[in-house]
Amino acid sequence: MTQKFNNVYIKDSYTIAGVYEKNGPLKDYFDFIYDKDLYYGCSTFEKAEEKMLSNSIAKLISKTKLIDSDIDYIISGDLQNQIAASDYATRDFNIPYIGIFSACATFGEGLALGANLIEGKRAKNIIVATSSHNMVSERQFRNPTEYGAPKKKTATFTATGAGSILLTNQKANIKVTSATIGITQDKGITDVNNMGAVMAIAAADTIERHLRDLKIKPDYYDLILTGDLGIYGKEILIDYLKEKNIDLSKNYDDCGLLLYDIKKQNVYAGASGPASSALTLSSYILKEMQNGKFKRILIVPTGAIFSPTRVFQKDSIPSIAHAISLEVIS
Amino acid sequence: MQDKYNKIVMKHTPKENVIKNALMTFIYGGLFGAVSELLLEGYMLWFSLSRKDAGVIVIITLIIISSILTALGIFDVCVSKLRSALIIPITGFAHSMTSAALEYRKEGLVLGIGANIFKLAGSVILYGIVATYLFGILRLIIMGG
Repeated sequence: MTQKFNNVYIKDSYTIAGVYEKNGPLKDYFDFIYDKDLYYGCSTFEKAEEKMLSNSIAKLISKTKLIDSDIDYIISGDLQNQIAASDYATRDFNIPYIGIFSACATFGEGLALGANLIEGKRAKNIIVATSSHNMVSERQFRNPTEYGAPKKKTATFTATGAGSILLTNQKANIKVTSATIGITQDKGITDVNNMGAVMAIAAADTIERHLRDLKIKPDYYDLILTGDLGIYGKEILIDYLKEKNIDLSKNYDDCGLLLYDIKKQNVYAGASGPASSALTLSSYILKEMQNGKFKRILIVPTGAIFSPTRVFQKDSIPSIAHAISLEVIS
Repeated sequence: MQDKYNKIVMKHTPKENVIKNALMTFIYGGLFGAVSELLLEGYMLWFSLSRKDAGVIVIITLIIISSILTALGIFDVCVSKLRSALIIPITGFAHSMTSAALEYRKEGLVLGIGANIFKLAGSVILYGIVATYLFGILRLIIMGG
């Protein structure tokens, strides 16, 4: 089911990106870049991610000239075990906190939840935030960070950064018009190095339902964006939806391919992690919507919601995708 | 429906270049072996060591070099270029232990480094020992010792 919203707007956003993102094509769009190293002045990568997330929320609050008590909720999640980055980062604020997890689709889940709370008049201002850190994910899902094993072409590269968006009920330029919550999908794929293939089916299902519910065609949007399908996931999605008579070939792209320069940077099939869609949406997309380049956007963060333990036990990998549509109002 | 999707996935899953990777590994691994052999001959000549003793010192040298390169963050970059040439020999073993040690240093000496240093190398040791015993027994049975 797709929910429509009449009273939810995006007031502002704040993004913090790392050194790899600085070398990518979106570098001029980020609010802040920390490029000295991946530690962000902390002793561990886990703390670095927490600090990036906390700073992005704090800077967003000060940028919008609000104080903690003006914000009704922080909705945040990340990839660390027990969503630790969000749990620890929100200690810095005197704001009720809703911790969520949809892996790399977390930002989509957060926006959909936040929009619902505001539309239902349960809240006036909500901050939706997420983060990921390349080294934290390498360690948690793959091998020790300094361990170099040859990687597959379909492997992705977790983005380092944090993004926060302030949703509000006060009229602003960019309106959140609808949200389609994903249905968990599983096509029996067990390869953790081919997340594009795992997640493309979730994106396909959510996009298909979104278009059907709203009775629109893909060309209704100036741009449809998935979160982190990468080169091969993108091809799979286009091909699969073509068979269902949905043509994505003209106005579709993937955040994982926008965030990095795929040809020059050694990032395999593209960016991944919650920060992939959060950084792209909160910086490039929102700024270009303000500038008039895009009027209507459908963003579909995609997530492989798996547990490493289950994968080691030879289980397949479920995936999910949540779609959020944004529109510029004049 | 499952088949249709999985067919599209198959179509868009790039083939890994096994032949090229194997060839790279063979060439660089071979070069690497040749350099080690030179080092072995060098140690025998310089320090008047037997081949067996010089071999041990070559292994120690390689372990030290790969551990230092791992700590400096150079080794993993080399692996992405040279594929498995550096992973299969003793250098890969040292690398797996050093990288795990670096990683878990923050969790303490006992529960961090101690518990995790063999995270990647543990299975090599376990099955190495098991295989040695099995082949030793086979050899005893077939060749009589």
